[in-house]
Amino acid sequence: MLSFLIRRILQTVPIVLAVVLVIFVLFSVVPGSIASTADDGRGPTDPQVVERMKKQLGLDDPVYIRFGKYIASLAQGDFGTSFRTREPVATMIAKRTWPTLQLIFAAIVFAIAIGVPLGFFAALRPGSIVDTVSMVIAVSGLSIAKFWLGLLLMYVFALKLGWMPSFGYGDGGLKYLILPAATLGVSPMALLARTTRAAVLEIMTADFVRTARSKGMSETKVVQWHVMRNALVLILTTIGLQFGALMGQAVVVEKLFSWPGIGSLLVDSVLQRDIPAVQGSILVVVLFFLAINTLIDVLYGVIDPRIRYT
Amino acid sequence: MFKTIAMVVGLGLALSAAAEAQTPRKGGTIRMTAPYGSSFTSMDIHTSPRAQDEIYAKALHRSLYIWNSAEGKPVLELAKEDIVSGGGLIHTFKLRDDVYFHNGRRMTADDIIWSYNRIIDGTKAYPGARFVRVVEGAAAVEKGQAKEISGLRKIDDFTLEMKLTEKVDPGFYFFNAITSIYPADEAAKEGFIQKPIGLGPFKFVEHVPGSRVVLERWEKFYKPGKPYADKLVISLMSEAAARDVAFRNKEIDTSVLGPAQYLAYQADPALKGTIVEVAEVFTRYMGMNPAFKPFADKRVRQAINHAIDADLIISKLVKGKAYRATSWLPLTSPAYDKTMKPYVFDPAKAKQLLADAGYPGGFEFEWTTSQNESWGLPIVEAIIPMLDRVGIKVKVKQVETAVLAEVIRKGEFQAYIYSQATGPDPQAALKCFHSATPQSACNYMSFKNADFDRMLDEAGQTDAPEKRIELLQKANALLQEEAPVWFFNYNKAVMAVQPWLKGIQLNATELTHQNVEDLWVDETSPAK
Repeated sequence: MLSFLIRRILQTVPIVLAVVLVIFVLFSVVPGSIASTADDGRGPTDPQVVERMKKQLGLDDPVYIRFGKYIASLAQGDFGTSFRTREPVATMIAKRTWPTLQLIFAAIVFAIAIGVPLGFFAALRPGSIVDTVSMVIAVSGLSIAKFWLGLLLMYVFALKLGWMPSFGYGDGGLKYLILPAATLGVSPMALLARTTRAAVLEIMTADFVRTARSKGMSETKVVQWHVMRNALVLILTTIGLQFGALMGQAVVVEKLFSWPGIGSLLVDSVLQRDIPAVQGSILVVVLFFLAINTLIDVLYGVIDPRIRYT
Repeated sequence: MFKTIAMVVGLGLALSAAAEAQTPRKGGTIRMTAPYGSSFTSMDIHTSPRAQDEIYAKALHRSLYIWNSAEGKPVLELAKEDIVSGGGLIHTFKLRDDVYFHNGRRMTADDIIWSYNRIIDGTKAYPGARFVRVVEGAAAVEKGQAKEISGLRKIDDFTLEMKLTEKVDPGFYFFNAITSIYPADEAAKEGFIQKPIGLGPFKFVEHVPGSRVVLERWEKFYKPGKPYADKLVISLMSEAAARDVAFRNKEIDTSVLGPAQYLAYQADPALKGTIVEVAEVFTRYMGMNPAFKPFADKRVRQAINHAIDADLIISKLVKGKAYRATSWLPLTSPAYDKTMKPYVFDPAKAKQLLADAGYPGGFEFEWTTSQNESWGLPIVEAIIPMLDRVGIKVKVKQVETAVLAEVIRKGEFQAYIYSQATGPDPQAALKCFHSATPQSACNYMSFKNADFDRMLDEAGQTDAPEKRIELLQKANALLQEEAPVWFFNYNKAVMAVQPWLKGIQLNATELTHQNVEDLWVDETSPAK
């Protein structure tokens, strides 16, 4: 188990390095720099300030020198200093991490709480009205645009019903979390419903289920002990993948609901070419994705002892 | 007789009731929005050139001058008097002695000198350097040749002498929040930015990056009885649709409106009354590079101005959220000439001008644009068929707004469409077309005209305000004639304001920049 974990952690090193390299090269070749965003049309651009800014931030250095410096800092745990705010990037990200994690965990809880039972019930009665309705919900959830859904939820639950605030972080409490989490959670909920249905349908026809039934085991016990447990591996895989994907999808939701997470930080940093903040934010997203997937791998073995840490 | 007395008494009561209704109420919370992005750049306003950041900074900080929207000009804020001498170059400011930082320390001339030296520090590249550079000796500090600005001299704690390099109104240079006065000793300490201290009417409570800034009333603010509100919350809301829902749901007190919402709010009887609008000092235009041969000919540039139906675009695409531009200086500029008429939409005349210039069959040019809805791609797309009618073909090059600024500054364009500040100082706005102004500074069209230079130089030298305005108007008219750009429109800034929020100022420099000490909420505000 320990050697498995060490190996997984070591495997992340080249992935992280590749991500850092891609992001660095990408932002070195795209036009525009932080200096070009110094002008928002409010006054004549000051070429002297622009030139000094470039020099001060090292933007005049060749790409390989900048990359070398960045990697050297990163190796010491230093994410660099934001071009925009002139704060350490690590500090900026630290302030934004908890709200994003709150949002993602809430969204995934929402997705599991609705998606998994929906998929189960649909699979237990294939072709029934429950199945049809469940799958309509699932397909709609996958197709719907998050921005539009968010606005719809705001309109219904904030403006029309007045049950919760339409935007903001407030004190970080539940009433501020519900709408953005539901907006973010609908897509993974739909995917989980479909995955669960497919997994359960497949397992229901498996030999060991037929054997259990033929032994006289009740249908409830068959589902509880054999079907659910075996379906969990696939469900868990989906949850793991969705966890990582949600980090990226949170961008839209955070912007729409004025949620102070990494997503909105990333958008503003990209628009203003704040390269250290972009790299730092993406790196955190990637590390989170890798950590969740490692955790899922570990959980496979717990759920299904046949899976070994090889 | 009785009827007359009754009428007089009735009128008196009505007036007294009206006066009472307008008496600012103390207390409550003002909830403003910051609409131009999902974060504030920094709590150190010296570092940020963005209009968005000035929204909170106007509440937290104060500069030597302040913008007076009613008068349409900057007025003294931290000083009681400005004595001008030395041929208009030396300003002696008698500072207020009742101005306190949020830690209770009284502001002195040292704080102003320290703040301006900080802003001009060449190693930091602060955007406000462009304003402080007008003080004698500032450029030397910027270049690292001197340690302190020689043109700033403390006469006593509350008297400051400022020597300028040119005869300009320092108000236009020192009213923006990027030249805010910081507490000299405290601001030098680490951690200042985490809990900034200013001179403004509200003191810092918290900043949730990406969500909001919360401020509360500063009891020792130097304007008696102000600010009125106990608390100010500025929420970051970059999505117009989300602002719309929040405004209708009474969760926010102000919301900036785009063209589509402007139309919707006008059509809604419940919201129509919430709209406030002002002609901001921004001119939208298409710049033409004279290095591209056809644009070197004035007749071609004039032809383009005649070929485009700007009024149609303003009414149909911009939904009336703009004023037709006549020349460079905007409607609210003190040097705007109300008698000036815009270019007439006349394709036949445009064709004739093109033929006279040697382009009877037209030509093709590349037009660089961002995707901005009011001065970007949608506008360009509407213009393409209009230009096509006179034989001019357009090849569109779309870039991000941030990239567009760089493209323009480097002169790497044949034509571009942009929105540029053209005020509040008309002289500074027109200086962008002075031949001595480098292309990379703001003479983006590399404009060169001896008559224009002479008029502008004379305007800078004269002591008579009327003469200066007259010269600037003439220069502005000459620009219209020379047509270095296609004059599109002046921005109409539109904001929806809840009926309980009073005291909104029609700030032509940027409508979202409010002197928040003058705002107050009545008892119908749902915010506690």
